[in-house]
Amino acid sequence: MKITLHVWRQKDANSQGGMKPYEVDGVSKDMSFLEMLDMLNEQLIVQGKEPIAFDHDCREGICGTCSLMINGVAHGPDGSTTTCQLHMRSFKDGDAIHIEPWRSRAFPVVRDLVVDRSSFDRIIQAGGYISINAGNAQDANNLPIAKHSSDLSMDAAACIGCGACVASCPNGSAMLFVAAKIGHLAHVPQGQPERAKRARNMVAQMDAEGFGACSNHYECEAVCPKDIPVNFISEMNKDFMKASLCGDS
Amino acid sequence: MAFQLDSKIPEGPLKDKWTEHLFNMKLVNPANKRKFRIIVIGSGLAGGAAAASLGELGYNVDCFCFQDSSRRAHSIAAQGGINAAKNYPNDGDSVRRLFYDTIKGGDYRSREANVYRLAEVANSIIDQCVAQGVPFAREYGGLLDNRSFGGAQVSRTFYARGQTGQQLLIGAYQSLQRQVAKGSVDMHVRTEMLDLVKVDGHAKGIIVRDLVSGEIRRHAADAVLICSGGYGNVFYLSTNAMGSNVTAAMRAFKRGAGFANPCFTQIHPTCIPVSSEHQSKLTLMSESLRNDGRVWVPKKAGDDRAPRDIPEGERDYYLERRYPSFGNLVPRDVASRAAKERCDAGFGVGSTKLAVYLDFSDAINRLGEDVIRARYGNLFQMYEKITAENPYKTPMRIYPAVHYTMGGLWVDYNLQTTVPGLFALGEANFSDHGANRLGASALMQGLADGYFVAPYTVGNYLAEHGCMNADEKVTTDHAAFDEVEKEVRDRLDRLMAIQGERSVDSFHKELGLIMWDNCGMGRTKEGLQKALKEIPKLREEFWKNVRIPGDATSFNPELEKAARVADFLEFGEIMCHDALDREESCGGHFREEHQTAEGEAMRHDDEFAYAAVWEYMGEGKAPEMSKEILEFENVKLTTRSYK
Ligand code: SF4
Ligand code: FES
Repeated sequence: MKITLHVWRQKDANSQGGMKPYEVDGVSKDMSFLEMLDMLNEQLIVQGKEPIAFDHDCREGICGTCSLMINGVAHGPDGSTTTCQLHMRSFKDGDAIHIEPWRSRAFPVVRDLVVDRSSFDRIIQAGGYISINAGNAQDANNLPIAKHSSDLSMDAAACIGCGACVASCPNGSAMLFVAAKIGHLAHVPQGQPERAKRARNMVAQMDAEGFGACSNHYECEAVCPKDIPVNFISEMNKDFMKASLCGDS
Repeated sequence: MAFQLDSKIPEGPLKDKWTEHLFNMKLVNPANKRKFRIIVIGSGLAGGAAAASLGELGYNVDCFCFQDSSRRAHSIAAQGGINAAKNYPNDGDSVRRLFYDTIKGGDYRSREANVYRLAEVANSIIDQCVAQGVPFAREYGGLLDNRSFGGAQVSRTFYARGQTGQQLLIGAYQSLQRQVAKGSVDMHVRTEMLDLVKVDGHAKGIIVRDLVSGEIRRHAADAVLICSGGYGNVFYLSTNAMGSNVTAAMRAFKRGAGFANPCFTQIHPTCIPVSSEHQSKLTLMSESLRNDGRVWVPKKAGDDRAPRDIPEGERDYYLERRYPSFGNLVPRDVASRAAKERCDAGFGVGSTKLAVYLDFSDAINRLGEDVIRARYGNLFQMYEKITAENPYKTPMRIYPAVHYTMGGLWVDYNLQTTVPGLFALGEANFSDHGANRLGASALMQGLADGYFVAPYTVGNYLAEHGCMNADEKVTTDHAAFDEVEKEVRDRLDRLMAIQGERSVDSFHKELGLIMWDNCGMGRTKEGLQKALKEIPKLREEFWKNVRIPGDATSFNPELEKAARVADFLEFGEIMCHDALDREESCGGHFREEHQTAEGEAMRHDDEFAYAAVWEYMGEGKAPEMSKEILEFENVKLTTRSYK
């Protein structure tokens, strides 16, 4: 297949960026999307040009490193898929593909398609944990947890922290990510003692990082590669309200 | 100058060694802990857990990872589970049994005392992880669910759907971020260790490169912990993440840390086969699939019919044929070799003929598609995404792939390398898995080292050797830092100055092929000697002809890769030396000269019951080997048989 790419190139956070066209020939259907970019980069390097920088690591859909807006859709056209799991058979010969970085005030561009998502780490630092030191734990089975609760917790905990939800939200909101992190700990008894404080502090940090507000577009749910459902957002809102009303620490 | 290898195994009966040792180790007074700074390289299960635990104890910690967040280390990709001998299912498990299975599974090439301690602390890991909120699978009664994994005869594996590694890592990550918020841990993301600094023989710091700004920085500390994972990417294609590398361990090796058993690599039998020359990585299909799938190839070599058109009588279920009692559940090394044997003999399937079938049709007929979907739905979906084939309708094609490396930096019982003050944890060390790792044991070891071993043993080192007086501490102004920093800068400058014709990846791929062909699943004297000639040639070409675009003073992924590949190009040679030297077959190391008439691995315990510890002898010189003789006082060495 022959593909035309339009790729966002930007030297660093302080430079102006712009779209640049590239022709890629000899693309096979079995290639992954990132292998197609590898092939283009190989050609650019041999021609003495700057390869395109993009984030990736595990290439199996679990580390959350890969990103990319592909024709305007975070992680590309296939549902429940990260960019690294996307294959070229989802495209056809002659297609033009536009590739851009995650766009958000809270995700500054590092280079080309690579962005800085350390704001997510800072949200976790604000309270996305259970305060327990190594060695403090009781026997694991002293705390029975209903399978249903544990399963719900796992549904939320499946979030890979990729940031697609932010990139696809018209307001650049991080609500789905934060709700997933809060939901993971809110559905198990270990998470209860700090539940209110956690919701309040994480939401406050999210605001401080410059993420937008949620106005119920639900674009996030549509692009989330791990199918995190939006009901975690309403649960989080309840926790947040409660925490604000009670002034509970 | 050979190593004086003192494994520091405590005296006394096996079951009391760790308890006694805990009592005998020196403690650092709580008020003095903040006078020490500890460097942790890597933020996976071993590094993340160690950094968090040391921070909790009151030490100052600097933790480094090359990823953009400490939550992304490749521990995250482990699917299957984590072992512990809780014996919740009441099926006869015990610490002793977990110890025994691990020693036997490792084909008697690991250290008894370390393995026993691993089995002993495993229970605390499960407790700790549950307390952190890890959503392990549960029974309807609310208690933890266990499954049997990797052919184990007891159910001792705890799991969180197919994402156990992810959930355990998030647990460690959350604890780590809590310490970052408290100020006890400084987390340095997108920062890579490029060298180790020693003063008076002790590890005292590192030189790093900030991968975003390109800045070279110095960090001084009272101890350094290497938790940077395994070296599977020396093969280019593996199940490791793209960035996984041997650099930290290799730098330590060049500064005097012994490297043990580098040839012990694990080739996992159930991965999606290579489909094209552009392939960048291989994807594992959890080995739990072998519980219900049957492995076969056509009986006729070169049979090109679609699998469903090949009648039952013309299929060779070779694992069931060769190993009637274990069948499709033989351990990883055995299953991998059997697949290679069939493909080498011309019976492979698919377009490349380097694949075998993993067929679920019997299980689907017996249990129904719904049951199979509930068990393996996410794996089947992953397979279909990559291959565009529906495994409910047509058998999966699988082939072995490099997955884990049992070899690593040599450590004593305290996890200290041959360099005082330098420790190695998790996959980066060699200590617990011998020549073959059992399923669901990698997560166990990473967390054991990080949460429950290093926090005490590093404290013991600091109590004995640490300097508490701020005025006498080694700082980054020390001449040793000047020297090492200069070497790091010179090396980067040399790399940037080459401006040849070939990309870094092209060299990495070529090295990978040499390693796979000669130091992969089957190894021969001729092959290894050939590789030992080819690798230096390739390395020489690399240093003359690699092209790295951009500059060293800003974000430059090609330069990052180049520095890592340069290390792999040296490391591959050490692996081949080790494989050549070990004239026996054991675990993942199969020397074709050493097999039984039926093609099974033949160990030579009288000659090779030791850990081979390699020492760097200087540029252009062959490494030298010292031996740690492995003493087995609590198990009897037997031949593994799965027939
Ligand atoms: S909620 Fe979904 S889209 Fe958002 S960070 Fe998590 S996995 Fe990515
Ligand atoms: S590279 Fe890890 S999720 Fe895509």
